Amino acid sequence: MNLVIVAGTPGAGKTAVLLHAVKCIKEQHINVSIAKIDCLYTEDHLRFQKLGIPTMFGLSKDMCPDHFTIYNLTEMTAFAQENGSDMLIIETAGLCHRCAPYTASSLGVCVIDATTGPNTPLKVGPFLSTANVVAITKGDVISQAEREIFRERIIEMNPGCRIIEANGLTGKGAAELAQCFTEAGEFSYDNDTLRHNAPFSICTLCVGETRISRKHHRGVLRHIDGVQTYRGE
Amino acid sequence: MVESISIIAGINKNGEPEGFSRIDVIPGEIIGVVGPTGSGKSALIEDIEQLAQKDTVTHRQILINNRIPDPALRYDPKKKLIAQLSQNMNFLADMTVRDFLLLHSKCRGKDPGLIGKVIHHANALTGEPINEDMNLTVLSGGQSRSLMVADVAFISDSPIVLIDEIENAGIKKHEAMRLLSGSGKIILVVTHDPLLALMTQRRIVMKNGGVEKVFMTTREEMNLCTQLNQIDHRLFIIREMVRKGEEVVA
Repeated sequence: MNLVIVAGTPGAGKTAVLLHAVKCIKEQHINVSIAKIDCLYTEDHLRFQKLGIPTMFGLSKDMCPDHFTIYNLTEMTAFAQENGSDMLIIETAGLCHRCAPYTASSLGVCVIDATTGPNTPLKVGPFLSTANVVAITKGDVISQAEREIFRERIIEMNPGCRIIEANGLTGKGAAELAQCFTEAGEFSYDNDTLRHNAPFSICTLCVGETRISRKHHRGVLRHIDGVQTYRGE
Repeated sequence: MVESISIIAGINKNGEPEGFSRIDVIPGEIIGVVGPTGSGKSALIEDIEQLAQKDTVTHRQILINNRIPDPALRYDPKKKLIAQLSQNMNFLADMTVRDFLLLHSKCRGKDPGLIGKVIHHANALTGEPINEDMNLTVLSGGQSRSLMVADVAFISDSPIVLIDEIENAGIKKHEAMRLLSGSGKIILVVTHDPLLALMTQRRIVMKNGGVEKVFMTTREEMNLCTQLNQIDHRLFIIREMVRKGEEVVA
């Protein structure tokens, strides 16, 4: 089975671009399943189901959605296998710019919004720099010059990636994206690893502490001057 | 060298074949694209900009020199043969005019020394001068549009130029057209402006997402265009008088 993991900031157009790409995949008679991970709320699975594609969803609630995705890979691959799918697409709820949910043997797809400005590719970190394919959305809203600068910045951050100019409204780039999906390698669950470590934080805030005063800080703490300390037993 | 560009017909919004089979355009020719809002004018320009290979919603194919173009021509700005002035009236990038022009000339593999020339020509198109320390996001509509035109003319300088509704910019459209349409280029201009439309040698008529027909400009239309130009020139002078707060005298 092929595994495609799609990440991107909220509102970048992940679902809109994917809806067009999976239509192309269906036309090629490839059996595909989709898993949609979000944090608090989603209706996107209904949009995929409308296309007749088996889709499951999960809400990570107050847990980091990328940790949640990794812990539930078994359930998601089992779902795809039950449907007899040759391909599983996971759409993640990338949020914090520290996330890169791609595993080594999956196809990592980053969806990025061109209207967020040419400095965005420098800021978003591993979900861009470790992706195989970068789909740029909303390019029709900016000038050709700004599009070219945005593209250049992406290449600076990820020289080896394949860039696709996509449009979630018109379906531009969908066929090319679908082609990349079908070229994804075989996913090997048992021995696979993350390309980049997940966002890291080990402190009492992670387990429900709400008091903000310094005297209550416990765990591994990183200060604004870069010094990292451990406070606790 | 670009000797020709060809548009091979696709389908309209209803999935029906378009009203032509193929359009070939050669250097030096100016082609108009006309039709009501939503008729697919901008989509046609986009197909050309991305050198569509039956992989867009319109299923059109674009050939260069009668061949399928090398994929690198589609995306690598250093190799791109196409410059596009889209309908966008504002910049979204938060940087100075200088940084923007330097970055863009780097993308296109052009001499960074060009930026003085770009600003000089942009200022000839707009009444409000632009300087290189200004932030792109504070430029007015007219300033942004002028800078976009000059940037397309000198930094994106390419054998094929696509122009989308230049008349909306509130800038001197004739000067802008002259700047963009250097000799020996292939020009496609999307327009609602009768003057610009009649200036072209042929015009593509769009309807419901597809090309309905291709129209040769008649001798009568060319004569009309000359008359319209005189009226337009007169309108321009009156408009400037109104702008400056002067009394309009006949």
